[in-house]
Amino acid sequence: MRPSDLYGVMGEFGTPEELLEAIKKVRQAGYRRLDAYAPFPIEGLSDALGLKRNLVPAITLLGGLAGGIGGFGFQYWAAAITYPLNIGGRPLNSWPAFIPVTFELTILGASLAAVFGMLALNKLPHPHHPVFNVARFTHASSDRFFVCIEAKDPNFHLEKCARLLQEVHAHHITEVSND
Amino acid sequence: MSAGQPPFDSPEIRRLSPVIGPGYTYGSVTDKISAIVLTRPTSLGWYVGFLIAFSVMGMMTVAIGWLIIKGTGIWGINIPIGWGFAIVNFVWWIGIGHAGTLISAILFLLNQKWRTSINRFAEAMTLFAVACAGIFPLIHTGRPWLAFYMMPYPSTMGLWPQFRSPLIWDVFAVSTYGTVSLMFWFVGLIPDLATLRDRSIRKPLQIIYGLLSLGWRGSARHWHRYQSAYLLLAGLATPLVLSVHTVVSFDFAIAIVPGWHTTIFPPYFVAGAIYSGFAMVLTIAIPLRKAYALEDFITMRHLDNMAKVMLATGLIVAYGYFFEFFLSLYSGNKFDVFLVQQRLHGPYAPFYFALILSNILVPQLLWSYKVRHNVVVLFLMSIVVNIGMWLERFVIVVISLTRDFVPSAWGRYSPTFWDWATLIGTMGMFATLLFLFVRVLPAISIAEMRELVAETSEEEK
Repeated sequence: MRPSDLYGVMGEFGTPEELLEAIKKVRQAGYRRLDAYAPFPIEGLSDALGLKRNLVPAITLLGGLAGGIGGFGFQYWAAAITYPLNIGGRPLNSWPAFIPVTFELTILGASLAAVFGMLALNKLPHPHHPVFNVARFTHASSDRFFVCIEAKDPNFHLEKCARLLQEVHAHHITEVSND
Repeated sequence: MSAGQPPFDSPEIRRLSPVIGPGYTYGSVTDKISAIVLTRPTSLGWYVGFLIAFSVMGMMTVAIGWLIIKGTGIWGINIPIGWGFAIVNFVWWIGIGHAGTLISAILFLLNQKWRTSINRFAEAMTLFAVACAGIFPLIHTGRPWLAFYMMPYPSTMGLWPQFRSPLIWDVFAVSTYGTVSLMFWFVGLIPDLATLRDRSIRKPLQIIYGLLSLGWRGSARHWHRYQSAYLLLAGLATPLVLSVHTVVSFDFAIAIVPGWHTTIFPPYFVAGAIYSGFAMVLTIAIPLRKAYALEDFITMRHLDNMAKVMLATGLIVAYGYFFEFFLSLYSGNKFDVFLVQQRLHGPYAPFYFALILSNILVPQLLWSYKVRHNVVVLFLMSIVVNIGMWLERFVIVVISLTRDFVPSAWGRYSPTFWDWATLIGTMGMFATLLFLFVRVLPAISIAEMRELVAETSEEEK
């Protein structure tokens, strides 16, 4: 196998505790380009991998602001500028009556931003990925936990990484090919 | 176990059933829930149930088709009762949806573990109820093909919707609610769709579930952002669900019709929505857990808690009825006082008393531990509450509109065959969608059940 065909090396674990312990040791050994795969979100996993705060909340805030300001501005424009209706001399910018729609559009904008922002940052949809080449990886969506040290890591060396995973008691250690 | 809690064998502890049966592992919850979709043969009961539901839905299609051919004259509506069944049914269905969002969003924010096994199908119930609700205002316009007039779009007429009208607020509230509920449901489904992709043996299923799962691979980086997005969605859905029925109540409260023009409407409509929604969740959960042997996942604890939520929201609703009554009398407004008399003694008084019986009196049985733990009684009671909440909307719409300010504008209302066919038909559509849902998607969130297994195994250590 040519080095460029190699995505990384993967180890399998049976419990979340084993997974967290293994990640700690792999990071202590100096590897940074690694990812973990789990069938459910595990408390402490993001910290163990050193993941920073993500951008989803900021994107959601922007979406909400856009929905709210855009929603109110649009109603103002429609009711006071482009199609003014004089009903008994009442004010054209009757802002309290615009609040319900402004509120709903704020929520809509923020929710759309949260979902599509999350998917875009996660680069989903992404139907195929090298990790799916590992036969036992189907268990990543039911009852097994995986760590993959990626070949992109500057310190990556296949035998050394495999040995390290063995030392942290991975059950199955597999090479992950790119195709 | 922390200090201050009663010892293990005390009656308090024995009475609290667990939120998940003992002895489950990550693998076994996955197997059990995904098997319903993938490996278990479709039962005869499913086919029979689906066939009945689908036929009833066919009746709705016929009723709507006839309506489009003949116009709204086939209904019992008239002047002054222009709203009739269409609005009664709309408010009823949209209210039912509210429990799904409450369970999935508010109980999530409050970190209530018992929500886990019921949130998925409660959210599905929300979506299907909103779909049924949406039909009614649409066909009530009389020319449903022109319903897009309500959306703001640059038309050649240069017209824009009247944003000061509660009916336009409704369009925005309900469509936002439908969209956000759909996204919340789908985001929750993504990891489970990946599970189904990985566990199905047949190629077409792998492709379909693979496409739907968007290639989810359970990466820690993905979970990291996923959890942020899910929490934010829950936080956004919470004020949204409260706003939706508030806006629906504005359809009434902003008008000056006696019996509608009152400030108690928004909170009491929201409480009523949650009340009827929990009743519907029980109506679905009790047969579902029986049919698919899910008693270990939807335990007595869930049914007990839902019954308690029903009791609490039912009391808020009772408070609403009382204050509606009191404020009308206390206002001294002769039209409001007259309306109260009409509710008690008018031609529709039997409906009002049936409403009090089914929404206030019968649910008081839920104070009893034995009643809350009797599945059959609970099921029957949930149906009584569903009927009661429908009667509530009937009383609000029909009594106020038939007894307006001027006696010359008084009238009578009675639904026709086509009114009933449409209402019962939407129930068929609701059931059809539910039957399809439990057959092709996991009715319980598998990923969250694994999380629950992890948490309970940690507690036992």
